[in-house]
Amino acid sequence: MSEHRVRFTLNGAAIDVTVGAERLLVDLLRDDLGKTGTKDGCSVGVCGLCTVQVDGAPMSACLLLATQIDGTAVRTVEGLASPLQEAFITEGGFQCGICTSGQLMTADALLRARPGPTEAEVNDYMLGNLCRCTGYYGISRAIAKAAEAR
Amino acid sequence: MRPFDYVEPETLDEALALVAEDPEDSLVMAGGTSLVILMKQDLIRPARVIGLRKLSQLRAIDAADGLRLGALATHGALARSAAVRAHAAALARTFAAVATVRIREQATLGGNLAHADPAQDPPVTLLAMDATAVAMSKARARRIPLEALFVDVFETSLEPDELLLRVEVPPLPAGARGTFHKFLPTTRDDYATVAVAAVVAADANGLCTHARIALGGAGPVPLRAREAERSLLGRRLDDGAIREASALAAAATDPIADLRGSVAYKRAMAGVWTARALREVA
Repeated sequence: MSEHRVRFTLNGAAIDVTVGAERLLVDLLRDDLGKTGTKDGCSVGVCGLCTVQVDGAPMSACLLLATQIDGTAVRTVEGLASPLQEAFITEGGFQCGICTSGQLMTADALLRARPGPTEAEVNDYMLGNLCRCTGYYGISRAIAKAAEAR
Repeated sequence: MRPFDYVEPETLDEALALVAEDPEDSLVMAGGTSLVILMKQDLIRPARVIGLRKLSQLRAIDAADGLRLGALATHGALARSAAVRAHAAALARTFAAVATVRIREQATLGGNLAHADPAQDPPVTLLAMDATAVAMSKARARRIPLEALFVDVFETSLEPDELLLRVEVPPLPAGARGTFHKFLPTTRDDYATVAVAAVVAADANGLCTHARIALGGAGPVPLRAREAERSLLGRRLDDGAIREASALAAAATDPIADLRGSVAYKRAMAGVWTARALREVA
């Protein structure tokens, strides 16, 4: 097993760690760096719980080797400050909360890429973030409200 | 995940030297979406993974006598590319239809083709647009018509010491119309039950001069329905011609039964969606 020095920014702060080749980003974030806002769900890139932003693009932290983020800017829910968070509260955008970090990180990437998304664009962009409480209407309302607030 | 060694070549020459020195125990990683899952599930056990992400020249997407699509271009970049959209909206829509936004931002064209999952979407539209893959080893560069790239389920004709560099898509015939349909009866982020791409062109009298019909999820490899294509040539694309071609396309399929349907169902749906695609572009 090879060891690798990985340097990146996490929510704007410089990180410099050494990891084994098989270390996953989700484990680096949660276990080594204590950022447990990123959840580990299906572990195969389907559910969206571990969504983080890598250079602004939403990706599954469970499908990325930590070595792949060397030199990038990573954003997790701990670094998020957006009208989305308040809107998720007021519009009932979460129930049990396990999917919320991922929902927020994807929604934030959407609003940055497309400030005034149509309902169809919201649905298309968000379809990979599952909510097993099926709170999708509240999530859609929250995104629409945050889009207006921007 | 089992331990492995990871190397990240800085240049193409370095990458080609690495794959040449130990091709059997090494696996090449582009975006990593499929490779990481397969390693996590212990389905593949490479001693060494060669990560290509620093070969940024392979990300280029260029319009040059058609399209030149770098092997490391992501699905998201291809779906957004003005060059791809200008060439064929159906091709951009194909990349936009794959999985979810997260996968599209990480997964690459070259990874998609080298993985050779027969349920994938991009090979379908690329086959219908006569695309050619360009591969390279230390010894030589080689052009592979896309149809010859796919050998069997998860198996390509790439040699162990070859890297996929890019895909070339030639200009479409004048006046050609193309489309792509992905039949998704369960969820939007699923693999297609069947997928079909069609490209047709007609002369001034409305007689078909060019026809391509390609199907995904319909056999061990993405396939061209050549008899169906031939049946359209020289004819008006009316209901009768489309019905006949759709039946031939369905007959050309060799699907497996799985949770997305039985063999008979998938074959029938291949016919239905071929007819819909042809009616749209006729």
